[in-house]
Amino acid sequence: MKKFLIPFGLFMVLIAFLAIGLKRDPKEIPSPLVGRVAPAFELATLDPAAPPFSPQRMRGQVWMLNVWATWCVACRQEHPLLVAFSRANQLPIVGLNYKEVQVQDRPQGVAVDAEGQLALARQKGGTWLQRYGNPYVATAFDLDGRVGINYGVYGVPETYLIDQAGVIRYKQIGVLTPEILQDRILPLVKQLTAAGG
Amino acid sequence: MIVELGHFALILATCVAFIQGTLPLAGTLRDNVRWQNAARPAALLQFTLIALAYGILTYAAVTNDFSVRYIAAQSNLLLPLPYKVASVWGGHEGSLLLWVLMLSGWTLAVALFSERLPLAMVARVISVLGLIAVGFLLFILFTSSPFERLLPAPADGRDLNPLLQDPGLVIHPPMLYMGYVGFSVAFAFAVAALLSGRMDAAWARWSRPWTVVAWVFMTTGIALGSWWAYYELGWGGWWFWDPVENASLMPWLFGTALIHALMVTDKRGGFKAWSVLLAIGAFSLCLLGTFLVRSGVLTSVHAFANDPERGIFILILLALVVGISLMLFAWRAPKATLGGDIGLVSRESLLLTNSVLLVVATAAVLLGTIYPLIIDALNLGKLSVGAPYFNAVFVPLMVPVIFLMVPGGIAHWRENRLRALANDMRVPAIAAIATGAAVWLFTDRGTWLSGMGSALAAWVVVGLCVQIITRLQKPGRIAPSFWGMHLAHLGIAVIVIGITFVKGYEEERDVRMSIGDTVSLSNYRFQLTDVAIADGPNYKALRASVEVSKDGRVIEVLEPEKRKYFSSAMPMTEAAIDYGWFRDLYVALGDPIQGGAPQWSMRVYYKPFVSWLWGGAVLMVLGGLFSISDRRYRKGSAPQIA
Repeated sequence: MKKFLIPFGLFMVLIAFLAIGLKRDPKEIPSPLVGRVAPAFELATLDPAAPPFSPQRMRGQVWMLNVWATWCVACRQEHPLLVAFSRANQLPIVGLNYKEVQVQDRPQGVAVDAEGQLALARQKGGTWLQRYGNPYVATAFDLDGRVGINYGVYGVPETYLIDQAGVIRYKQIGVLTPEILQDRILPLVKQLTAAGG
Repeated sequence: MIVELGHFALILATCVAFIQGTLPLAGTLRDNVRWQNAARPAALLQFTLIALAYGILTYAAVTNDFSVRYIAAQSNLLLPLPYKVASVWGGHEGSLLLWVLMLSGWTLAVALFSERLPLAMVARVISVLGLIAVGFLLFILFTSSPFERLLPAPADGRDLNPLLQDPGLVIHPPMLYMGYVGFSVAFAFAVAALLSGRMDAAWARWSRPWTVVAWVFMTTGIALGSWWAYYELGWGGWWFWDPVENASLMPWLFGTALIHALMVTDKRGGFKAWSVLLAIGAFSLCLLGTFLVRSGVLTSVHAFANDPERGIFILILLALVVGISLMLFAWRAPKATLGGDIGLVSRESLLLTNSVLLVVATAAVLLGTIYPLIIDALNLGKLSVGAPYFNAVFVPLMVPVIFLMVPGGIAHWRENRLRALANDMRVPAIAAIATGAAVWLFTDRGTWLSGMGSALAAWVVVGLCVQIITRLQKPGRIAPSFWGMHLAHLGIAVIVIGITFVKGYEEERDVRMSIGDTVSLSNYRFQLTDVAIADGPNYKALRASVEVSKDGRVIEVLEPEKRKYFSSAMPMTEAAIDYGWFRDLYVALGDPIQGGAPQWSMRVYYKPFVSWLWGGAVLMVLGGLFSISDRRYRKGSAPQIA
């Protein structure tokens, strides 16, 4: 009888691991950037008259960097939450528009120069924000995706929480939900503002 | 209204399944023949109700009823009709409904084709299948109803995932599900045997054809999936060791082991407990696969929308079904009688060795698949296990399996003198060594690996020729199952050839091309002649024309596409392939390159013998079909000991 119980025993060990595995999210990859200073950049923004945006400008306050694009379907899903959150005026949200101009915007591979791409991105991004609401204090355009590479952008949307000293404190891959905002980001913000005094 | 009718039919089906799962079983315990007789009508009623529910969901898809949340998520006004029908199984909820439809279909088949079986056995088998159906139907009703409404109804649906809009993928899931669900029949027979307490060999005889049919479906499903990945994903691969691919490979390996173990149990009365364990294992791995795919515990390309609640439900279902049957196994299996004597060198022992190797290979695949989960559960970090692990572990285990195919076929039952067996294998051995050496030494880029692969293929092919010739010299009609077995084994050899040559001799180029540019690969010259815009029913595409020439003569114009479906931001690559008996030419169009004159990145492959991979699978399927056409299975159940 005992040796015939071996399959049952092995199976129970497997079930135990699967049960623990259920509570984990395999997509939740700890970002090596958390705890490090946010990479510097300087990018043109939505407003052609405004100077280029740099994270340096946000020093001294806790802020959120939200990576988005008009072609990103999931961004539309999280956008109402961002708009509502921005109305509460708790912390500034900066938009990082990621690779706005896509291949399909350039039929047959006709190249558009950098100026033309920026104009097209401003037009597309501006229209989108007008339609769905603009939660951002500034929107920077990462047209070639280089800033995205520095930040380890893995898929759009992504959201970073950055503290007064410019250190990344939290990274959310994928859609922001009210639960994540309530349970993870806001307590962290409270803690950071208390510490920063 | 009609949609609610479908929901109602599903609820009724659950009630019927519950009766089907309990009443006949209780009847076998109390020797109540009337209760046992309820099994067959219950199976018919259950199938009818689920088919009605499924038909209604299909009707809703075809008539664009976007007030059904599931249809709104899976379909679209522009979607061509065949894909609308297929969209029913394109998502989690509908595919589960297909799952239970197939389960009830298999149950009905058991009810119809079991005239010669003892009533108590039929009652037990149908009851076990009914209990499985209860679990899955409750799962659908409580966590994944496809009949939920979405009000107000959207004007248009979200569209079927463009990757799924392909004929190959339309048939791939139903085939695979038929296999998954089919193993439930072998499982039910094994559990019924355990329940009966009489662990004789009869159940093995009865479950053999069912197991082979399930295996045939599963082989077809896996091969279609692999073929689809090859031509649709655009990077020319055919197996990625993705968790979901592994989820289908594991029950297939177990099923293969089961088919061979059942043969021994049927013919010689041996390995009874082992066969029961394999039957339980094969279906458990199907359930485990369902869990891995639908709970979100692993990241995979086959992402279904994940919901922890669903994960818990399937985990409980898995724990109950497998836990109870393994406890039953521990209780009843020790009573199994031993079969006839088995010599150390005999067909039985070789078949046993092979099934053990297949089980070990499955365990290795399982370990690699859930290793990230184990490590995460133990808080040791996040990691992923890739192809190098699987190749390093799986190939060395499969080599002896394929090697043993020849002595396993040649050896006699009961006892075989080692020297006599070695003598019988002389010709295949010489052929294998000669072929292997020739490939290793005399082909360009030949390695010991390609030599070994070719040697194995030659070993199997010549080995089965020897067996066929020996058999032809003996008197008597040859049973179809004999040809079936050799056809399936030939299929393995053909697949080995395919893998060996694709791995060893494929050529690939990643280039940027302007109109008029050429690239050469093997003896072929590829010239990009045009890139134009093409319109599809629900997408726009860039279509390139690539002239392929050999020895200065144009042999083919390939037209790879880059498609942009209206419903999705992700561009889709449609590779163009020139299929051939001994090589495929494969061209995939990449992105336009910025700046300067228009240029595109292109990937061009020369893939020798790649079609043999699927050709081998076709042979295996034909082999399976041949062997179930055997009259033995349809005649009376008189024991037949060879």
